[in-house]
Amino acid sequence: MPKDSGIGASPKRREDVRFLTGAGKYTDDINIYGQTYVHFLRADVAHATINSIDTSAAAAMPGVVQIFTGADFEAVGGIPCGWQVTDRFGEPMQEPRHPVIAHGTIRHVGEIVAAVVGETLAQARDAAEAIVLDLTEKPAVVDMKAAAADGSTKVHDDLTSNICYDWGFVEENRDAVDQAIKDAAHVTTLELVNNRLVANPMEPRVAVGEYSRSDDMHTLHTTSQNPHVIRLLMGAFVLGIPEHKLRVVAPDVGGGFGTKIFHYAEEAFCTFAAKAVNRPVKWTSTRSEAFMSDAHGRDHVTKIELAMDADNNFTAVRTETYANMGAYLSTFASSVPTWLHGTLMAGNYKTPLIYVNVKAMFTNTVPVDAYRGAGRPEATFQLERVIDKAARERGVDPIALRRQNFVTEFPYATPVAVEYDTGDYEATMAKLEEIADIGGFAARRAESEKNGKLRGLGVNCYIEACGIAPSNLVGQLGARAGLYDAATVRVNATGSISVMVGAHSHGQGHETSFPQVISEMIGIPEDQIDIVHGDTSKIPFGMGTYGSRSLAVCGSAMVRAAEKVINKAKKIAAHLLEASDADIELKDGQFSVAGTDKSVAWGDVTLAAYVPHNYPLEDIEPGLEETAFYDPANFTYPAGAYACEVEVDPDTGKVTIERFSAADDFGNVINPMIVSGQVHGGIAQGVGQALLENCAYDEDGQLISASYMDYAMPRADDLPFYSVDHSCQTPCTHNPLGVKGCGEAGAIGSPPSVVNAVIDALQSGGKNVTHIDMPMSPSRVWEAMNNA
Amino acid sequence: MYAFDIERPSTIADAVTALQGEDAQALGGGQTLIPTLKQRLAAPSKLVSLSGIGEMQGVCVGDDGAVCIGGATTHATVSREAAAHYPGLAALASHIGDPAVRNRGTIGGSLANNDPAACYPAAALASGATIVTNNREIAADDYFQGMFSTALDEGEVITEVRFPVPQAANYQKFLQPASRFALVGVFVAKYADGVRVAVTGASENGVFRWAEAEAALSADFSASTLDGLNMDADGMIADLHGSSAYRAHLVKVNTKRAVDAAS
Ligand SMILES: Cc1cc2nc3c(=O)[nH]c(=O)nc-3n(C[C@H](O)[C@H](O)[C@H](O)COP(=O)(O)OP(=O)(O)OC[C@H]3O[C@@H](n4cnc5c(N)ncnc54)[C@H](O)[C@@H]3O)c2cc1C
Repeated sequence: MPKDSGIGASPKRREDVRFLTGAGKYTDDINIYGQTYVHFLRADVAHATINSIDTSAAAAMPGVVQIFTGADFEAVGGIPCGWQVTDRFGEPMQEPRHPVIAHGTIRHVGEIVAAVVGETLAQARDAAEAIVLDLTEKPAVVDMKAAAADGSTKVHDDLTSNICYDWGFVEENRDAVDQAIKDAAHVTTLELVNNRLVANPMEPRVAVGEYSRSDDMHTLHTTSQNPHVIRLLMGAFVLGIPEHKLRVVAPDVGGGFGTKIFHYAEEAFCTFAAKAVNRPVKWTSTRSEAFMSDAHGRDHVTKIELAMDADNNFTAVRTETYANMGAYLSTFASSVPTWLHGTLMAGNYKTPLIYVNVKAMFTNTVPVDAYRGAGRPEATFQLERVIDKAARERGVDPIALRRQNFVTEFPYATPVAVEYDTGDYEATMAKLEEIADIGGFAARRAESEKNGKLRGLGVNCYIEACGIAPSNLVGQLGARAGLYDAATVRVNATGSISVMVGAHSHGQGHETSFPQVISEMIGIPEDQIDIVHGDTSKIPFGMGTYGSRSLAVCGSAMVRAAEKVINKAKKIAAHLLEASDADIELKDGQFSVAGTDKSVAWGDVTLAAYVPHNYPLEDIEPGLEETAFYDPANFTYPAGAYACEVEVDPDTGKVTIERFSAADDFGNVINPMIVSGQVHGGIAQGVGQALLENCAYDEDGQLISASYMDYAMPRADDLPFYSVDHSCQTPCTHNPLGVKGCGEAGAIGSPPSVVNAVIDALQSGGKNVTHIDMPMSPSRVWEAMNNA
Repeated sequence: MYAFDIERPSTIADAVTALQGEDAQALGGGQTLIPTLKQRLAAPSKLVSLSGIGEMQGVCVGDDGAVCIGGATTHATVSREAAAHYPGLAALASHIGDPAVRNRGTIGGSLANNDPAACYPAAALASGATIVTNNREIAADDYFQGMFSTALDEGEVITEVRFPVPQAANYQKFLQPASRFALVGVFVAKYADGVRVAVTGASENGVFRWAEAEAALSADFSASTLDGLNMDADGMIADLHGSSAYRAHLVKVNTKRAVDAAS
């Protein structure tokens, strides 16, 4: 019998009632009395010197409250980067100043050049058109390899070059890896591009700044995945506002996918300007602005080599990657191609020697940062593509080649610093073979061929590191923050519970799944439990939601806080039952004395805590509320195996996905329905990357995929009905719930299998195509077939 | 948007008068014009909405058997009401954009705009349609004059479009992956006196007729007749979504598929 509540049950998402009925309260729904509106004048050239900005005509236009330029922000800090990477020579990365408003130089299309605060948005926009810019254009730096060359135009004149860092990992292994590749029986080499993406959450970014003179209090309402992180970065580094004078609120957020982690200039602007004009200041991004100001994702150009011995055992992996940072370092930009990418290059395999080189490049493009998966999709893609190519070159079955090289014993210390605590890659592969009906593929291929279509099957494995992160470890690696999380379990007098969590829910369903955990622990119905999140004035602290960390890290803090509550409640129950605390058991919302029929209900105990008439006041305080901070001991390592089956139309190059199957090991699962939904969405984004999405710049640094007319998002009819399974469960060994995280798996695990499937299809049609860069649009597939 | 006035006349005559004002512009379904205004790429002083003009609405069959569509008729209405008379045309209308676009966008707006990737221009040209305006009738062959360019004069309103009904017809639209306009669309229409083939999405000069294919198909209406023909890539659009060679190739693929589907 499936459970209908608690851990393992699939109650419907309670938050969907408001989301689906239009009752959600998003940042743009916040309107404050006296509010003004800001319109940002954004650069329409990629690289230029600003000779002068004449705002005099604009300032005289109707409804203009105040106009700001870069000069107004000279006295405040730049937008900070949260992670300092040390390069392979032991030097810190180059870290340019990232101004709130461009000052002296424009470095990407979409950068803010001036901000007009007006009574209405239309008036602000009208006035912005009257601002006169005197610019001297400079050549744009767009191509990463050209940017690395000596003599290239520099994005930042005050840096020594366009290279942010040249990172080697593990640097000590470099020579040994080179030697292993020389000695190998076979080396497979693949050059590939991990295409630049725009996250495109359904809700664009919004910021409303507020300032109260009476108590010198700043409030920022913003579309964020992590309000405390914004408070820290903006308060401490940019505006110099102490925490107790700054409240950051992120109410309902309509999707983040990473791009709402970062602290953005618009947030700092609205907070700053609200005080300057002494009125609330609101900004709502248009979709066009989002394309050129939300941090982009991916954008790696990689060469990978896989060395094997004569028996096809992997002996070494060597990679060289150019990773685009864009014009400035966004919050986590520097960590994505390094610690979130290099550490995953072992994948599911026991390759003994690995060397990863990453050159992070500044270019005149929008900053690039974490996007669903962040670094791990890039690692998985190159590894799983090169393995497929190797299988073809060696004439062996790609699944068998993977199996042969699987890590099978845990814990497993990889040669790239991380240690996998647990896993069973054989189990997920076997499950995949079953749910994907790999045995039936040949018949399906024959059927497709009858219809004039080429059919291909692609498989890949993936592993990711989630539950970011042990603070002491990431501190050594350059993180400028701790990555624990926090929760407060507040039990009300009548027994209902509010849980204040540092994780932020913007599509993940925390409001449903977190209460399932508390319900399981205490034995009271889920509807007695509510989750509070997204407001620094209401929750104890929190590093927010990204990296599939909410349940593994914040959920663990919640469990710890609930355990403290239960321990205290047991003491109260022991008093009421005139027994010893050690004998008290809690089950189904009843405290009982072991071995007797004496019991007292949860609600009676909680009432006693708040109406302490009969209460051991000499031993314990009244009230029932506990907070816990949880810092994980290790990352968690979700892993799995994915299969994609495609049909390719040989006349047009059009790819259709016929079947998609995912077998994941997420450890223990709290709400299987929500987990399936997370995988579904992740696969949609992975398929989007593989077939459709392409953020493209021309050589002048103009964004040519700047709207949905040219940037192709996946639609429902681009996707098949998926077959997903998460019954293979090796519980995480180091967190109290045994959970690993599921938010990014779909996006990490799906692109390689789509590409592998298309290559398989083309090969079956006699086309000797070994690689096609994503997105595999019809025209690219057709060109590849034609050139084969 | 910049500020503008709006008028909603109920007769063609009133609309034509209203359009005489300086910088006045007709508003059909607004599916092209409103986004343009929102981006501040146009600044009309006055919009004259055509949606309240009864005489420009709906689908009927003329005495000569032609299907006549009012200039302000939405794609959704055409897809429903033309289905019995000219299924190939109705099918085309039913695949323009999404339901919201089809319930607002109009045939007059589409033909007036003449987007190089729009669908209706292919149907009008392949059908030898007549574009009827407030003061004349224009043959489709004379009407389309290159990307976003038509024979319409300033202030001229498309009041009706007349489509002679072919014996067989089909439109093959290969989707541009992002916009889902036609990357290449081919409309093939077979009439008693010959076959017409019109291509949209492909050429830098907008919709055009493929004369060689028409000649071949008029002699033998079968896809294999086209095997020996090739579309020249010169003058084809090249962009993020496909090279000119790819578009030229798709013209042939779509033409063959349209013939197969029509015959
Ligand atoms: C998301 C989306 C997807 C789309 N997909 C497709 C597609 O797949 N295929 C396709 O063909 N189109 C597509 N379109 C365009 C759509 O069909 C538009 O409706 C059409 O191009 C314009 O028609 P409209 O009535 O909306 O005209 P409007 O936007 O109102 O006007 C367009 C222009 O025509 C003029 N005009 C309007 N009516 C008349 C008239 N009767 N006489 C003279 N001038 C007039 C206006 O002054 C204006 O210059 C899409 C649009 C959107 C927004």
